[in-house]
This record gives sequence, structure tokens and C-alpha cells, in this order.
Amino acid sequence: MKIDEVPQDEGLYEGRKSVCYALGENDRYVLAPSTGWEPLNIANGMAWEVISKQVEQALRDVHARVKSPLAYHMALNQMDIKLMAQYVRLPIWRVRRHLRWEVFERLKPSLKGRYAAVLRMPVERISFVPEIQRDKGER
Amino acid sequence: MSVPFRHQQAAHCETGVTANLLCHHGVRISESLVFGIGAGLHFAHFPFIKINDLPLTAFRSFPGSILKKATKHLGIKIGAEKFWSQRAAMASLDRRLDAGIPVGLQAGIFWLPYIPAALRFHFNAHNLVVYGRNGDCYAVSDPVMEEPIVCAREDIQKARFARGMFSPKGRMYYISSVPEHVDVANATLRGLNESCRNMREVAFPLVGVKGVNFLGNQIEKWPEKLGERRARLYLAQLIRMQEEIGTGGAGFRFMYAAFLQEASGVLGENRLMDLATRMTAIGDRWRLFALRCARICKARTVEGDTYGALGDMLRDCAVREDELFRDLRSILQERWAAA
Repeated sequence: MKIDEVPQDEGLYEGRKSVCYALGENDRYVLAPSTGWEPLNIANGMAWEVISKQVEQALRDVHARVKSPLAYHMALNQMDIKLMAQYVRLPIWRVRRHLRWEVFERLKPSLKGRYAAVLRMPVERISFVPEIQRDKGER
Repeated sequence: MSVPFRHQQAAHCETGVTANLLCHHGVRISESLVFGIGAGLHFAHFPFIKINDLPLTAFRSFPGSILKKATKHLGIKIGAEKFWSQRAAMASLDRRLDAGIPVGLQAGIFWLPYIPAALRFHFNAHNLVVYGRNGDCYAVSDPVMEEPIVCAREDIQKARFARGMFSPKGRMYYISSVPEHVDVANATLRGLNESCRNMREVAFPLVGVKGVNFLGNQIEKWPEKLGERRARLYLAQLIRMQEEIGTGGAGFRFMYAAFLQEASGVLGENRLMDLATRMTAIGDRWRLFALRCARICKARTVEGDTYGALGDMLRDCAVREDELFRDLRSILQERWAAA
């Protein structure tokens, strides 16, 4: 890749630049700033699409009272049951149980507090989820 | 307090941190040289290890190994610690900083607030340098950022104790002693030697050039085996492993070519310049491969964008890399014989 071929597609870096290696004068390598590359933006966008689908699904499940608000917050933070269990230091089966609406409702405040601490939110907020957006906004 | 620390943006976090720490201790070597000396170039495709339900493909050696090998080959001693207790981990960090020693940290990228939102995934093998503190504010030199930043204690602590794969467990490291004379040439030879071994001489079919070949064979089967939708997700994951999280382009191939150019100067070996040119051509192939993957992902294919063609490209890359490291091996052997 020559230095004038370094892609400058707007994307992931929010206006910032990453550096990559490209051939400068006399075909010597130099560090060249790049604002992003479209193929990478596409791939990254697909990963986020998967996450936002999971969040939407979780939100619907919470509103249908199939799952507890914890499921929504976990999806939003890209956490699966195993990862969440490691963070709150609980066995996997207990986290799985806490994903049930009726179980989570009756949960002790101290346990809710542990989840809230992991998710970095005030404990009062953990029982709330946003309304389902009718029109699909951005990610 | 905070010590003057020269922040240099780098393509990759681990090599950047190592180069910046070495520079601070008076060993002026570039990121690409660190990458080569630490034998960072690698390839592995493990379909049975899944991350977010997608197979693991790595273009570099195991996290932490570049730092370890680069310093070992250069004869530099590092101190490294891991912790069970978060309080002890932060206290130990503070002690080092108060003594004026910049400290490298392994961190979970998800918890670092200054990282752009689009890149915040649960990836735990990120590296950064903390070089000072003012109360609860830490001066951070993160090699993927353009400038040094300030980061809150809470965030640093959370990132140091991220969980999941490669969980850092508070890992921190610092350079403890540098010898009077650092033999860069010898270290470069050892790095080259090790990369030859990693890429060609490992008797396991999923790593090195054999791994590239294996992925080439696998990729053809993805559409039938997984269905079109999942096959595309697999491709997207491949692109991200190759280009995201700071590989310097083409899954470290360009960085390695830069290393070969520098090594040529360090060792006075002109043939390495030719190898660098060949490595650049291989890197360009990898870039084209990623571009075609992306076109398939977006269903914007042009003539010849098929999974079969992707497989051919990878097998071609495997052959080229195999030849390159074979030639590198024979150059090294000549030098051993002459010495």
C-alpha cells in the first residue's frame, strides 16, 4: 500500500485517526494516518447490527414480561450469561434464573445492587427499560 | 505526580506500549522493530474456539507474548504482576507511579471511556501506559490514541479487572533493568528466526501458513455449511480481525514488511529489502481479500467475487508466505554458517 492509497473513509474513529503502515518516499515504510476504511466499516457495522437486534429482541421480551429487565441491560452491554456471571461472581444458573421476570422482581435489593454496580448504573434504574421505539432509529 | 513521557501513536497497542516504554528507558526502537523482534507475526484459525459465536482467527501471536519475547531478545528485564485484589492492584500501581516509573497495563477495552463507541467490545487484551497521576486522575498514554489522555481511577480499575476471555486480572508491567549495551542486531536475528518457526515449522495444521491454507479450504464451504447469512457474519469477523483493533493494515503484514526494511538496515542484509517488497505484495493481496469479503457481505459483488475465489486468494497467500519464510530461513542459515 502506497501512502497516497491509504484509505480515508469516515467511520469508526469519530473523526479521530488511526495509523497504519504505508510506503512513502523511496518505497520506505512510514506511519500514515487514516480516518478509516470502508470494508472495515461494513464489517464493524454488521457486528453492531447483530448487537442491536439482540437488544431489540430483549426489549420486546421484557415488555412481554418473558424476561427481566436484566436481559435488556445485558444485551445493551454485550454480555452473555457466562460473562455476567463472572462479573457479579454468581453461578451461571443463578444469573439465568434472574433473567426470569418474576424472579428478578422479587430479588433482594443487595443483589440488584451488585448487578447495577457491574452495569455502572444507579440501582433504581435497573428495573426500568425504555419503551419500544416504533420507528427504527439508528443503532 | 507525573514523569515526562513521550507519547507516540502506534498502529497496534501491545507493540506501541512496548516501544514507548523502551523509548522512555533510552532504548530507541520503533514499533515495527518491536513487532519483528517479538516475533509478533502469526496466523491461526480455530473454528472450534468461538467468540460471540464466531470462530477465532488471529493474525498475531498470543496476547502478551510480543512484549515478553521482544524484551527477552533484547536482554531487557521486565517486572510483571497480577492481582486478586483490586485494591492491592491500584495501590501497587500508585506506588510505581509515585516512584516515577511508567507502568504498562493490560485492560478491557469495553470499559475505557475515551475509546470511540463503535470500537468498544469486550476485548481484554488491550494495552496502555499510565505515566502519572493527580489524585484520582491518571495520565494515560494509549498508543491507539493521537494524544495522551486523562482517565478516571474508577475506569482504570474497571478495565484492569475486566472479565471474560483473556481477563487481565490487574496485570501490570514495567521495565526493571536495561543492560549497558542493547544488542539490537542479535535480537533481530532471534526474532526473524522465531517467526520462521512460527509460520512454517509448527507441526499443527491450523497455525502459520498451513493455517492460512486451511482457512482457504474452509471458507469455500461456509455458504453451504452455514447458510448465506451466517457465512457473511463469518466474513465480517475475518475482516475485523484483519483490520480492526490496530493491525497496521493487512493483518500485520505491512507492519512486518516495515520491520523487514528496518532489519535490513540493522543487519546490513540487502536481501531482506527484497523480502520486504514481497511481504508488501502479500499484504496488498490480504487487503484485496478483505475488500472482496466486504463486497460479498454487502451483496455488492462484482464479477468473480465468490467464496471459491476467496479460498483461492488465501491459498495463494499461503504459498507466497511459505516461500517468503523459506527464503528467509535460508538467508538466516547462511548467516549462521558464515558467523
